[in-house]
Amino acid sequence: MSATDIIGLSAARAAAQIAAGELAGEELFEAYRIRAAEHVAAGLNCFTWVAEGASGGEAAAPLGGVPLAVKDLFCTQGVPSQSGSKILEGYEPPYTATAVSRLTAAGATLLGKTNQDEFAMGSSNENSAYGPVLNPWNRERVPGGSSGGSAAAVAAGLAPWALGTDTGGSIRQPAALCGIVGLKPTYGAVSRYGMIAFASSLDQAGPLTRDVTDAALMLRHLVGRDERDATSLTFPEEIALPNAERLDGIRLGVPKELTAGSAGADGEGIEAGVLDAFRTALNRAEELGAEIVESVQLPHAPHALAAYYVLAPAEASSNLARFDGVRYGLRAEGAEDLLDMYTRTRHDGFGAEVKRRIMLGTYALSSGYYDAYYGRAQRVRTKIAEDFRTAFGQVDLIVTPTAPTTAFKLGEKTSDPLAMYLNDFCTVPMSLAGIPAISIPCGLSEGLPVGLQIAGPAFSENRLLDAAHALELALGFDGSGARV
Amino acid sequence: MTALEPVIGLEIHVQLKTKTKMFCGCELSFGDPPNTHTCPVCLGLPGSLPVANAKAVHFGLMIGMALDSELAPRSIFHRKNYFYPDLPKGYQISQYDEPLCLGGKLGEVRIHRVHLEEDAAKLIHVGASGRIQGSDESIVDFNRGGTPLAEIVTEPDLRSAEQAGEWLRLLRTTLRQLGVSDVNMEEGSLRCDANISLRPVGSSELGTKTELKNMNSFRFIERGIRAEILRQEKILKAGERVTQETLHFDPSSGVITSLRSKEEAHDYRYFPEPDLVPVAIDEVMIEAARAAMVELPADRAERFEQEVGLTAESAAQLAFRGELGDFFEAALLVGVDVSAQTLANWVTVELAGRLEDDPANALVTPQALAELAGLVASKQVSVGAGRQVLDRLVAEGGDPVAIVEIEGLAALDGEGDELAAIVAAALEANADAAERVRGGNPKAIGPIVGFVMRETKGRADGGEVTRLVNEQLGI
Repeated sequence: MSATDIIGLSAARAAAQIAAGELAGEELFEAYRIRAAEHVAAGLNCFTWVAEGASGGEAAAPLGGVPLAVKDLFCTQGVPSQSGSKILEGYEPPYTATAVSRLTAAGATLLGKTNQDEFAMGSSNENSAYGPVLNPWNRERVPGGSSGGSAAAVAAGLAPWALGTDTGGSIRQPAALCGIVGLKPTYGAVSRYGMIAFASSLDQAGPLTRDVTDAALMLRHLVGRDERDATSLTFPEEIALPNAERLDGIRLGVPKELTAGSAGADGEGIEAGVLDAFRTALNRAEELGAEIVESVQLPHAPHALAAYYVLAPAEASSNLARFDGVRYGLRAEGAEDLLDMYTRTRHDGFGAEVKRRIMLGTYALSSGYYDAYYGRAQRVRTKIAEDFRTAFGQVDLIVTPTAPTTAFKLGEKTSDPLAMYLNDFCTVPMSLAGIPAISIPCGLSEGLPVGLQIAGPAFSENRLLDAAHALELALGFDGSGARV
Repeated sequence: MTALEPVIGLEIHVQLKTKTKMFCGCELSFGDPPNTHTCPVCLGLPGSLPVANAKAVHFGLMIGMALDSELAPRSIFHRKNYFYPDLPKGYQISQYDEPLCLGGKLGEVRIHRVHLEEDAAKLIHVGASGRIQGSDESIVDFNRGGTPLAEIVTEPDLRSAEQAGEWLRLLRTTLRQLGVSDVNMEEGSLRCDANISLRPVGSSELGTKTELKNMNSFRFIERGIRAEILRQEKILKAGERVTQETLHFDPSSGVITSLRSKEEAHDYRYFPEPDLVPVAIDEVMIEAARAAMVELPADRAERFEQEVGLTAESAAQLAFRGELGDFFEAALLVGVDVSAQTLANWVTVELAGRLEDDPANALVTPQALAELAGLVASKQVSVGAGRQVLDRLVAEGGDPVAIVEIEGLAALDGEGDELAAIVAAALEANADAAERVRGGNPKAIGPIVGFVMRETKGRADGGEVTRLVNEQLGI
């Protein structure tokens, strides 16, 4: 088999070929390792570290020998885990995150660590201390964020698949912008142990893959209760590999709050090209037997972004307090006293967006402001979860565009944080509600991929994957345009 | 100016005697080499997550039951955010507005709340200053970091330093009895802060309070509170105002210094700990805690008073110092013919006055003390001689009957000639006193009895001596 043929295999097919003895795991790993290493600094800048050789990866294991790219913020023992931040430059943890060790226990081999927005704060991967990642569809454009390195690597064929994390859209939005599949599982389905935290009540690990089957395969080996994560839960059923080809009887809700077109100069709403691709996908769904329900409502969803940008920074301001220069990571030299050491270390170590969110969060939690900000945002969160519960009484799944726009230009939104935050407009409500959502590519707009988001009730991943699988077949999206 | 009354509330931190730390699997330790009981969780490494220790919750419930608190069906952990090198995550996981136990009472002091939290690591400052400011370097030992703590907060029901010390002893005994903590102040498993204010007697309003931090022995607590009461009294009597601040008492100099003022107080930015789920107390947990309960000092005092027939004072003394209560109950079981109250007095007054440590470790046994009390009660040995026997028992142990025999401490028989002769000699040597007694002043007998006791080495019975004096003086 030629290297090109090997690279063309999905993770599931590669695993099947290795299991059948038609492909050697070492060969597969080496093909990817060489490609990935070429792109560490040059090219797309997807990787912050690439393995020198495969470790583990028994052919008999279910994921036997399939290489895995892992977002930088997952702790991997003895391997740099920097969360895209200068404050953790060169930091090598003494232990490995549960999500990673579950996949390697199932036979996956660690290919490399992928670039990301610093501490997962960003929607363009421009907030990385290790430089921006370029979108393989168009190198003048961003890959989305914060799992930008993971998404670009998969889209470009530099990794068969990748592990990412999603707090407000950080798997789904870059998957959409890079034309691949990204799944954010139900909150608690995957252990967070060893994920360098951004916002603990929202962070969730999940797959970024070329197709829906790969997403299901990775998810199958990710889910499960972990006694090291008190918020993790036993997944009530096994994740099945999807085989649905029809959507007969499935009611798809299209909430107008998240699918309205551009409202005007303020930049809110969905871009026309994205809406076109989205509407085309809905037509396909109808042809497959789905019922499109336009009357479903998520009345509080328009407030989700505001609530999210209180809650996530509040948690982040506390989660990032441990980066104080005392035990690990950067410690500024020449400090006069303890406070000076703290101040200089954090001044030098954190980037602008991280500092902005720490300040926002600190303010929101301050005595006298807590109720007005944090308390209120929590109440909005509860309302949004209720909205979804009500909606799922009326429909089986909810569909929206994943992101309001296609990949935008590098630097286009860096000077306007609020415009940047609007990228998460369609994805944040599901994060706040803790429910699963998948993004699949549903077409191109001016040569750039558009993502379709499907969300379901908690633990409905199997249903979600089936629906996504049927649509994926019908849409026949061709992602090869991004291969390098 | 009207008299001022101190109003004192205590905040007590108790290290729980669990096997492992509050939020990770590291074993608790005391005195082990630094940083040998650590893991990613208690070092606050990136990505690590806490998991609450079920045993600590169990102990917390036992404490709540012992303090007659309301056990919250659902309580949550909060993050208390501040920067310090002994706090590896930059926040302490504690409980805030939904603690494990609410309200309660121990003795006459109401309990405000009991909650669970994690201990900080230990800082060692190298250099002359002994504090972080100006030290050559400061090193952190994370062995202690993450040790489970129960924080017990009282209502401001205490009115003096002595009462605070006494109540704290009762609390210590209660916790020791429960087996939830070593409650050793020197080793830091029991730590106490005091909130102190003064107000005019009769007022029901609270004055401005100060918080006296981390006093690490019972002696220092009482001295510290006393010093702070005096300091505030001086301020108020001079017509000035007390400033709300956190204070440190230096036991060696007796000086109180300010740690931080109200303005410098931290804004801890409490918010619910998103890494943990709420603690939901169910029937099984409550049953388990109830099954683990033992007789508590307050109940024991009531039993001593109601069933054993002791005075309230003796009952409390024995119950609140559990080790004395144990000794007393063991002595009572010997079955010597002596009243329980008499035996109690031997334990609380005579024995306790001679021992510093736990009598369980003393050479004198409950059997020996009971027998000695019996000898005295049956007048075979005088009270004075009995005390001498106890001195020997405390010093060397042994059998009281044998000691009486060897030392010749048996009571002198009032009917015999020996005592009559000594009384006669005493009257001769104290002719003045004898004259006054004869003249109708019975109190003048003192020097005469003293002479007899000296001569008999205390073996004479006081009543017998008086009878003989009166007889020989013809009264």
